[in-house]
Amino acid sequence: MSDLSQHGVHEHDLAPGEEEQHSVSTRIIGYVVGLVLALLLTATSFFIAGTNLVWQPSIPIAIIVLAIAQMGVHLVFFLHITTGPDNTNNVLALAFGLLIVFLVVGGSVWIMSHLNENMPSMDQIMRMQ
Amino acid sequence: MLGKLDWSAIPFDQPIPLVAGGVVLVGILAVLGWVVVKGHLPYLWHEWITSVDHKRIGVMYILLASVMLLRGGSDAIMMRIQQAVSYQSQGYLPPEHYNQIFSAHGTIMIFFVAMPFVIGLMNLVVPLQLGVRDVAFPTLNSVGFWLTATGALLVNVSLVVGEFARTGWLAFPPLSGLTYSPGVGVDYYAWSLQISGVGTLVAGINLVTTVLKLRTRGMNYLRMPMFCWTTLASNLLIVAAFPILTATLAMLLLDRYLGFHFFTNEAGGNVMMFMNLIWAWGHPEVYILVLPAFGIYSEVVSTFSGKPLFGYRSMVLATMAICVISFMVWLHHFFTMGAGPDVNAIFGIASMIIAVPTGVKIYNWLFTMYGGRIRFATPMLWSVGFMVTFIIGGLTGVLVAVPPADFMLHNSMFLVAHFHNVIIGGVLFGAFAGFEYWFPKAFGFRLDERWGKAAFWFTFTGFWITFMPLYIVGMLGMTRRMQHYDVAAWRPWMFVAAIGMAVLTIGVVCQVMQLVVSIRNREALRDRTGDPWDGRSLEWATSSPPPVFNFAFYPDVRGEDAYWEMKAKAKQQQFEHAEPEYQDIEMPRNSPTGFVCAFFATIMGFALIWHIWWMVIVGVIGAWATFVVFAWRDHDEYVIPAAEVARIDRANLEERRHLVSLAGTV
Repeated sequence: MSDLSQHGVHEHDLAPGEEEQHSVSTRIIGYVVGLVLALLLTATSFFIAGTNLVWQPSIPIAIIVLAIAQMGVHLVFFLHITTGPDNTNNVLALAFGLLIVFLVVGGSVWIMSHLNENMPSMDQIMRMQ
Repeated sequence: MLGKLDWSAIPFDQPIPLVAGGVVLVGILAVLGWVVVKGHLPYLWHEWITSVDHKRIGVMYILLASVMLLRGGSDAIMMRIQQAVSYQSQGYLPPEHYNQIFSAHGTIMIFFVAMPFVIGLMNLVVPLQLGVRDVAFPTLNSVGFWLTATGALLVNVSLVVGEFARTGWLAFPPLSGLTYSPGVGVDYYAWSLQISGVGTLVAGINLVTTVLKLRTRGMNYLRMPMFCWTTLASNLLIVAAFPILTATLAMLLLDRYLGFHFFTNEAGGNVMMFMNLIWAWGHPEVYILVLPAFGIYSEVVSTFSGKPLFGYRSMVLATMAICVISFMVWLHHFFTMGAGPDVNAIFGIASMIIAVPTGVKIYNWLFTMYGGRIRFATPMLWSVGFMVTFIIGGLTGVLVAVPPADFMLHNSMFLVAHFHNVIIGGVLFGAFAGFEYWFPKAFGFRLDERWGKAAFWFTFTGFWITFMPLYIVGMLGMTRRMQHYDVAAWRPWMFVAAIGMAVLTIGVVCQVMQLVVSIRNREALRDRTGDPWDGRSLEWATSSPPPVFNFAFYPDVRGEDAYWEMKAKAKQQQFEHAEPEYQDIEMPRNSPTGFVCAFFATIMGFALIWHIWWMVIVGVIGAWATFVVFAWRDHDEYVIPAAEVARIDRANLEERRHLVSLAGTV
């Protein structure tokens, strides 16, 4: 199918991980920045988990925020998901994937919690009595 | 040495499966013998089994689906007869056999008839409609097909060696757990679905990539034929939903093989989680099946009305809306499980909302027909038959989407009637419409219209006579999957349903006869133009059957209904355009990877079912080695020289010119 792209229709559409036209040094800098950020975020998570410097109940939320930031770093620096026009398919695929995961996981948790509430298991009933 | 497998696995005491299995075995051996004796084996191997041509793979998918349709249909006939005769008696099928039959019927009809049929049609048609030479990953395509065939093979092996699941087509635990199903039936079910599920996922990835990345010049998204859009939506759903099925069945298998407790009653397992997960796949699955059928109807209705599709953009929007909303309705399969009013209300409303885009589609088809010059050829009959049938099925669907109504109708025959109403009336009619419509493209000759119309009318009436009584007995309180019953009021309706089944069977016979008669008269039915229906999209721009490279040139698309515009322009210029400069074409080489991989997958699946661990290792290593060999290949393409391309293309153009000039003189 190589001659199809020679017609110049789809050449501005990169697959994830496919390199854009950058010099080697620019690319290395990109990866290094990504690595540093990722390590920083990881270290921060470990640090926060064991410290007394922040208000204790905020720790889980802080870790979730750091985890989401970590995902962002991976997506941008390592998987090269950007907002450029050559990335539309990748961004849409990611958005669709996130939507489905959110629907299925979120929906399942919601449904199962209602089921558990309405129909407690045998030992829960025993305990209530 | 052989795990759980010994002579007791073969049901010598049960004549029905043994005879059926024997007949199938003799049939297979006879075909194989004929192939070998006649010396067709090299042809079959080089041209079909190892083929990576999307058209050939599409045809093989449809062949697999047709054969399995006969198997699933036989199960259906047996069930209808059983319920017709089992009033206050045991009928002729013992309960454990009856349970296997309804489980096998559902599993086969969904996974090995409906799925391969629509995937086959998509494979055959989508690259042609997009104006390209192949799918994105040709060898992967072949792997996908052969893994699906492996699944089908394992299900059929269960007929003679061992047993099939007795749990219904979705194998709900705890019934499908080790405690209540200690035999190999559920393992046959689960492993055949795991293996064919990989095949389906691969096909889905392949087709999504094809639609997104391989389109000819000028074929932007809003110029794609409707069938390509529904293919995209359906395969996005495959990619998103099939992993859920795989994960759920994997957990069930862990429960069964390694003593896990995901879905057991004891040790913290939760059977309701299985229900929840399997339907999170199961509901998108019905849209995976019906969306391509909607695409087929769009193509057929537009072609045979001689008009562009009404409301093309609203159709695209409706398709993509269904694609997303189909992931928000799965709880309506288990309203009665006890999630309570909030949850049930939300999912009930979502289920009603998803009927709206479907309604939009129905109106679009009707308005496409309105004011058109309609030709009632067989594909169009199936499409109109679909509209009538599917509206009833859709309305009963909206009815059971109302939670309080569902509490009355859950697991009743009303439900059985509803989903057959939408799956037969929607998916199967669509598959038949597509089969009739694209058969000339695939094989170069049309199908006999008389037998085709007879097949339609018998199937259509047979369907109504069979399934309307099931609605009624459902309202009279009959539950599904009953081996026998004692209620006199149900009995006459079960008789009527059995008669309907007989009419349906005549329809199937007509369909087979149509094929036989058409093959015999193929010279008279030959399609020389490549455009037998006066079509509108690019698949009709090439010859029938298309050359292996589909198009000598990538067509240049200037609008919707690409081929229609080209035809109009060509007629103006009377085909007097300059001879183009032909170039070499590179095509993917055939590869036995798919077949060999599936061979080892079959060994692995069979060994896993029977706990033959050394054989599992052989299967896994074999499949992996096949992949490694393929990954280290040196040459994966061959060149068709420009002279050969020119020869094939000139012959095709000459034929068309000749026909146009003939038409001009008349």
